[in-house]
Amino acid sequence: MNPVVQVENIQKSFGENHVLRDLSLSVFPGENLVILGKSGSGKSVLIKCIINLIATDKGKIEVLDRNIQEIGQDELDTLRSRVGFLFQSNALYDSMSVRENLEFPLRRHWNKEQRQKGSKKAVLEALDDVGLAHTIDMMPEELSGGMRKRIALARTLILKPEIILYDEPTTGLDPITSKEISQLMLKVQKKYNTASIIISHDMNCIKITANRVIMLIEGRCYAEGTYDQLKQSSDPKVLEFFE
Amino acid sequence: MKNLKELTGNFLSEIGEIAQFTRRFFREILKPKQEFGEFFHQCYWVGYKTLPLVGTTAFIMGLVLTIQSRPTLVEFGAQSMLPAMVSVSLIREISPVITALICAGKIGSGMGAELGSMRVTEQIDAMEVSGTNPFKYLVITRVMAAMFMLPVLSSLSNAISLYGGFMGVNIRGMVSWNLYWTQVFDALSYGDLIPSLIKTFFFGFSIGIIGCYKGYHSKKGTEGVGRSATSAVVLASLLVFIIDLIAVQISDILGLT
Repeated sequence: MNPVVQVENIQKSFGENHVLRDLSLSVFPGENLVILGKSGSGKSVLIKCIINLIATDKGKIEVLDRNIQEIGQDELDTLRSRVGFLFQSNALYDSMSVRENLEFPLRRHWNKEQRQKGSKKAVLEALDDVGLAHTIDMMPEELSGGMRKRIALARTLILKPEIILYDEPTTGLDPITSKEISQLMLKVQKKYNTASIIISHDMNCIKITANRVIMLIEGRCYAEGTYDQLKQSSDPKVLEFFE
Repeated sequence: MKNLKELTGNFLSEIGEIAQFTRRFFREILKPKQEFGEFFHQCYWVGYKTLPLVGTTAFIMGLVLTIQSRPTLVEFGAQSMLPAMVSVSLIREISPVITALICAGKIGSGMGAELGSMRVTEQIDAMEVSGTNPFKYLVITRVMAAMFMLPVLSSLSNAISLYGGFMGVNIRGMVSWNLYWTQVFDALSYGDLIPSLIKTFFFGFSIGIIGCYKGYHSKKGTEGVGRSATSAVVLASLLVFIIDLIAVQISDILGLT
């Protein structure tokens, strides 16, 4: 089975701060890969490199068999429609209603006729997936933190991506909402057969969602395995996360 | 000495970045697809929403200038020249520059703060990962709206300030509506109107570019957003005066003064 994301020996530094050092990983179709690590270990930089929001210094990144560092802007935009990104801060457009937030990605990838015929249905379907169809005409400021996260996920789902990148999806949420979001992520994976990279240090979220876990320490892959395998590890650095 | 060197370096580097940002504006403006909906939305905010402030200021400006100028003209027995003097001063210089400064304060800071906050909350990144060109959607539309709306606002400001002048003339004196406007139009020529209208186009461009540049490149954090808004106003106001200076020199060379 070919990986949908293949990262080979990437390096990224900000001045003297070496964030990613020769990091390699692969994500396979339908798999939830969790990247675990302390703050500042390069987790968020890694997924921003995968979507080409940040350029790498060295190494190669292939997403859906395309080398993202070599393709032009138009091809990159098309590729990005196949990759969803859920931001830590949700990044909802605060001057737009929920409906307009969800319709926004369609502007670039659907033509006018498609939008006129299908955007309402697509918006309602995405909102139904996250259980928030009744918020369609609300503004982001009227929503709670958990609801905003769900709407951001709905906006990510509207283009039916093959890969979803989650940047700390449960940070700042209470344990109950955090569990609901984790279960929603699992539901999305099963319904759409998406591959996901989940950046997290929330162990409950990891336990619910992860098929495989990679632990980053100082920009390098330090340990890899399933949640249970890492939990049973004798390495004190790994165990630190499970205590 | 080291501090001065560093300051000069930063200043020159910022000028370079603004030049690159402007170059990107001209490159992206030609690319399809045009965001007309957002452009008209911005025209509404830049034009219609700024009109009450510009109008009030223009009225007061015309009124005050007339009242302040009157005693000097009376001293020389030239009070009949009051409408002509006030109208030339307002149309050629005061009204376009004051309108531009008000817009630099309101529009420039608004753009700096809005885009800065979008940058900090990753909304611009979200646009980029959804495959939409945020530069075209956010920057081109705002700069174009400022470019097209400044001449409109300035023209309205001219008319309102001249009306303020009429009120000012009639506080102490007695000049009929017809006589006032006859004297105003006799004093003005196209050489007064057209250069002042053309320079407002450049004022709008510089206010839009600086506001968007500062917001688009806002540093992380709420402090960065505040700093973007403030520096957008300062730099845009400074550019308004520099453009005005250049425009006056060009008008002089072309014999329009």
